[in-house]
Amino acid sequence: MRKIISVLLLSIVAVGIYLSVSHIPFGAPKTKVGGHYVEQGMEETGAANMVTSVVVIYRGFDTLGEVTVLFIAAVGLAAVLGIAGQQGFPREPASFVLRNACVVIFPLILLCGTYIFAHGHLTPGGGFQGGVVIASAFVLSYLGGRERRISKRLFGSVESLAGLVFVTTGLIGLAVGGYFLSRILPNGRPYSLLSAGIIPIIYIAIGFKVGSELAGIIDNLIEETK
Amino acid sequence: MTFLENYVFYVGAFGLVLIGLFTILVKRNLIKAIIGLAILDTGVNLFLISVGYLARGTAPIYTRAEQGAQPMVDPVPQALVLTAIVIGVAVLALALALAIRLYRHYGTLDLRKITEQRW
Repeated sequence: MRKIISVLLLSIVAVGIYLSVSHIPFGAPKTKVGGHYVEQGMEETGAANMVTSVVVIYRGFDTLGEVTVLFIAAVGLAAVLGIAGQQGFPREPASFVLRNACVVIFPLILLCGTYIFAHGHLTPGGGFQGGVVIASAFVLSYLGGRERRISKRLFGSVESLAGLVFVTTGLIGLAVGGYFLSRILPNGRPYSLLSAGIIPIIYIAIGFKVGSELAGIIDNLIEETK
Repeated sequence: MTFLENYVFYVGAFGLVLIGLFTILVKRNLIKAIIGLAILDTGVNLFLISVGYLARGTAPIYTRAEQGAQPMVDPVPQALVLTAIVIGVAVLALALALAIRLYRHYGTLDLRKITEQRW
């Protein structure tokens, strides 16, 4: 009975979706703003990756909001789980091979993540992707059964510092250029690492922030299941 | 039939959305409902990306190589989805944390026993 009612409701929703979506052509240009970003973005921001210039420059304030949502989710998770659950079965030590493989691979994953967010304005990638790769290094280190834990205070301070860098860059832009996150630095030579004005600064901050937030989430969940 | 051919990405994306909604409505296990939430999230992301697609378009990244006459796809939906994916992961973790909390309190993940109002 429940399933039948659900299917009926969903078919009504599907008809509504069909009626509205069938007016959206697939594969045709729909907005002028996307075309403007693609054509003028390289000159205006100096970044080769248009997605990055949209995330950091054109919609930078929106990105600050998204990072805040991520922060609130991480804080909420820590608050919901609380600090109970310290008991539980003792952790079995990992085997020699597993432990040492994690030790070798861990810095390489960190290096890969750092590369991804430092080159966010030149190649596919950026702060969010690089941050997730960095968090995956911590997943590996926890799954590999290493005893050493990264302290929560370190995660918290890295996260706060990265957030401060983002907001401060925006406020300096407000003071110098007249609006939040204005482009205060020169665009520089295209396709070089130190180019595109404030994009590398902000994306490095986002990379650290996302990495430490997701690693903190994983740390909380691991502690719960220990 | 032409609708299916022209709009296969929309059909797939909203198919995922409907599967996710169905899972949330029907499943009584909280973990399965959360999995439905994740499927719904993926469907919405896929729809946003496919709205931004241009016919025969390429990635909106300039390189020093020859560009040719290929158009670049709309970068705005890609930027939105890029952040939405990461936020989706964090929200999923938050939902799982709430599920852990409920399990600790009630000793079960069955929604009928938790609320006694699940239809």
